[in-house]
Amino acid sequence: MKVKVLSRNPDDYVRETKLDIQRVPRNYDPSLHPFEVPREYTRALNATKLERVFAKPFLASLDGHRDGVNCMAKHPKSLSTMLSGSCDGELKVWNLTKRECVRTLQAHEGFVRGMVVRFCGTSFFTVGDDKTIKQWKMETPGYGEEEEPLNTILGKSVFTSIDHHQKEGVFVTCGQQVDIWDEQRSSPIRSFSWGVDSFSCVRFNPVETELLASCASDRSIVLYDMREATPLKKVIMNMRSNTLCWNPMEAYNFTCSNEDYNLYTYDMRYLDKPFTVHMDHVSAVLDVDYSPTGKEFVSASFDKTIRIFPKDSGHSREVYHTKRMQHVISIKWSSDNKYILSASDEMNIRLWKANAAEKLGLVRQTVLFLSFTSSVRTSSNLQVPGIKSNVMKERWISEQCRMLTINR
Amino acid sequence: MPTAIKPHRRRSQPVGMTYQFLPEVKKYTTKMAASGETMLKKPHVGKKRKPPTRYWEGTEENGKNDGKKQKEGDNNKQTPQQNKKRTKEGGKRGGAGEKILSGKSDPFPGSAPVPEEKLKKFKRGEKGELPPRPQYKLRDVVVRSEAASDLAQKQNARYDLMLPEDAGFLEGDEDEDTCTISQDDIADAVDITAGAKYFNLTLSQFGPYRLDYSKTGRHLLLGGRRGHVTCLDWQSKQLMCEMNVMETVNDVKWLHSEALFAVAQKKWLYIYDNKGIELHCIRKFNDVLRMQFLPYHFLLATASATGFLQYLDVSVGKEVVAICTKAGRLDVMAHNPHNAIIHLGHSNGTVTLWTPNQREPLVKMLCHQGGVRSVAVDKTGTYMVTSGMDKKLKVYDIRSYRPLQSYFLPAGASCLSLSQRGLLSAATGDIVQVYRDVWGTPVTKPYMAHRAKGSVWGVHFCPFEDVLGVGHGEGFTSMVVPGAGEPNFDGLDANPYRSAKQRQEWEVKALLEKIQPELIGLDPSQLSQVDHSTWEQRHEDRVQALGFDPLAKEKFTPRLKTKGRSSSGKVEKRKKQVAHEDQRDVIRQTVEDRMKIDKERKEKEKKEAAAAGQKSALDRFRK
Repeated sequence: MKVKVLSRNPDDYVRETKLDIQRVPRNYDPSLHPFEVPREYTRALNATKLERVFAKPFLASLDGHRDGVNCMAKHPKSLSTMLSGSCDGELKVWNLTKRECVRTLQAHEGFVRGMVVRFCGTSFFTVGDDKTIKQWKMETPGYGEEEEPLNTILGKSVFTSIDHHQKEGVFVTCGQQVDIWDEQRSSPIRSFSWGVDSFSCVRFNPVETELLASCASDRSIVLYDMREATPLKKVIMNMRSNTLCWNPMEAYNFTCSNEDYNLYTYDMRYLDKPFTVHMDHVSAVLDVDYSPTGKEFVSASFDKTIRIFPKDSGHSREVYHTKRMQHVISIKWSSDNKYILSASDEMNIRLWKANAAEKLGLVRQTVLFLSFTSSVRTSSNLQVPGIKSNVMKERWISEQCRMLTINR
Repeated sequence: MPTAIKPHRRRSQPVGMTYQFLPEVKKYTTKMAASGETMLKKPHVGKKRKPPTRYWEGTEENGKNDGKKQKEGDNNKQTPQQNKKRTKEGGKRGGAGEKILSGKSDPFPGSAPVPEEKLKKFKRGEKGELPPRPQYKLRDVVVRSEAASDLAQKQNARYDLMLPEDAGFLEGDEDEDTCTISQDDIADAVDITAGAKYFNLTLSQFGPYRLDYSKTGRHLLLGGRRGHVTCLDWQSKQLMCEMNVMETVNDVKWLHSEALFAVAQKKWLYIYDNKGIELHCIRKFNDVLRMQFLPYHFLLATASATGFLQYLDVSVGKEVVAICTKAGRLDVMAHNPHNAIIHLGHSNGTVTLWTPNQREPLVKMLCHQGGVRSVAVDKTGTYMVTSGMDKKLKVYDIRSYRPLQSYFLPAGASCLSLSQRGLLSAATGDIVQVYRDVWGTPVTKPYMAHRAKGSVWGVHFCPFEDVLGVGHGEGFTSMVVPGAGEPNFDGLDANPYRSAKQRQEWEVKALLEKIQPELIGLDPSQLSQVDHSTWEQRHEDRVQALGFDPLAKEKFTPRLKTKGRSSSGKVEKRKKQVAHEDQRDVIRQTVEDRMKIDKERKEKEKKEAAAAGQKSALDRFRK
């Protein structure tokens, strides 16, 4: 007779001393783990619910402007500094860690249309409705000194947007045409136009630094090469684009925010059709900004919401709104990928978390357990009041179409 | 110099791999020894071989030779394949012949291969077709996830080689049946701790006894018919509590851990803790005869004498559903551990399958002529074993509800139980028989047999141990059945050696992962399948959300016109005009479609005619 009976030595399965960690022998045999799918589903569902429970995205509101905030600019060297310009020509410099305004100056008469901080972070440029481009020092003037621009250029027409070259002392403005300026000169070194009367936005490519893209009022997006005399390419869309933003990591892609409630991501090499159409907003999209990782972007809309989209996805993963926030005009994603800043009509700048459920501050070890894939999450789980929801949007659009149908 | 660094780095990998490869080499050598016939074909006197300069040169040559000679033997089919695979992989990584730092070529290039059958064990579902190229994003996602699951499968299979314990077995000598070996002989032959697992508890006063083992197999719960309830740590023989409930006890069951158990008494269902303190008396559950606990759902399913099947959610203490089965007294019950479906046996010979989501049985099978006495379902949810008053023991495949085997037992089996490794125990009177592999080839003899002191009332295999617990009229017997239990447990699922802290941790996690009763169904993996809703369905949903049909044809309402042009006659005329126009559109469309189909057909005919026009040599025989 040959016999063997299971006989385990307990020493192999329990820890030797109390100072050791517990032994956990594993056996991955699927028959010992029944109901894998329903259990995984339950786990994912719980994780998603917890994420929603912990989602507290709103951090702070920066108030102080006396008119709607029209534009914002990030500081390239300092995470805590941010600039904002309002519709009454006032410009404020903010310290985000203290959440306070550190400097106020009257930059223009009428709107401040655009702002950009020079790549070195020592000065910044503003354009306004008074047809001027002004260069300002970043440092606060000392006691008794007057706030005065370093440089002022008087242009022929109103400038609507400005952007600065990544490495050289060159900047670009747009208005009735796209102008490229040398910092040392008072007249543009090059001007582009392609049968268009005005432009709303112009942006330098962050990687191929000589490339530019602009949104024109004739529903087109035009690409330029700074070294050439004529524009490169043009794509005409159904409706006008308000702004555009290059993807900082895959710099051949850019996303534009359109009047037809959608955002369009294009590959600049294949402009014949958009790479992805991002739908969810229920009113015109006014501004867009990419996260520094290039994986996501945030959009601001006339429908009083902010939405965060993954770059490949057609629908948003998150929507932020408050009762008091009105039409969001400008949006920025902070350079440390953690925060979002939104500037809106009702004179406030709001600071949001980029990841709504993230715990800020000191993270204790016990909290680090939310690592499941939340496959269950859909944007339909997000609560949106009133007309901001998508069903309402579709209903509204259908009603509009109905009214427009021709009566024979 | 980069060329010098590269081979050095490569070398470290195969050295690590040889370690993993070792058990496999061992396996092949044992297999070769087993297939004795092929070994005999070898001439006894062969060429004298030189001793190999390196040990691997010898082994590799051996492997190759065997591969050539024993191509018929299915055992060794893998060897040549693997050799080929290995060289192929090596080629990918820059050739097997690539020199490493010492100047020798790498004997084990590439990663160690994993045996096919091990891989198959961890396979989940079939690989689907890749989506077509234009859907490149989806395709990319599918490719990535498939690569991840492949990797997981491979890693699991690799880990499987390192499991510490092997299953038990019992083999008789020549002309010796294993069923004649007595428990005492086995207890003498094995080591002292394993031998101590055969014991008797003489409890002649309050029997017969029903029993239940906890999920980890550490704790035993006994319930005597005349009210004696006791729970103990059966390995250390440590008594946790003992009491007499002064009432008839119909069934006992552990709940999710060894801290709580349920007792079905004469009238109501009671819950006790492991100190014997009565926690709940559940008056909604009356006359319970049999109970089953679904550990992943935290559901206690009870079958009562009044014909009710009830589910109690023990995590919140609420009754989930009470189903009136309309089948009389329910005293035969089993649950399918694979999909948490309850099987009930009835006195008219049928077995019915139930979920808490449906008031009708999912399946009704006629299994026996005469009543069903006992039902058992195996761990993988593939086989169901039933015994009936017609003295038959039948095995069914419950994926297709097809009978596989039917055995005749002279006395009929009163209790059935299936072990983790598929042994079947059947109690006939006071004899407990254990059968091996009842669903494969027809079995003629039992694997083991044992005569208990009284008539058997309940049998239960202990999980993760080679032990069968038998409750009978004179007490309880713990039998040693080699090869019954799963040798390697999973520490995160059911750990017999867990500490109190680990148990608490497990309890919280298990509660967080509690599966809702709505998810119980015949196929537990249904949730992972894509729900292809039809266009009509989606359209219906859309209509419901919108409140109107966006694709519906607009009803024409003529505009009001002035100067007598909106007289009822004119309006009618305009309406008719529009209707005609619509009709004309429809007709035009259908005609176009028909023309298109005709054209296609004609072209096809033409092509066929052209193909037929080519003369074949056989055409001359055609009339």
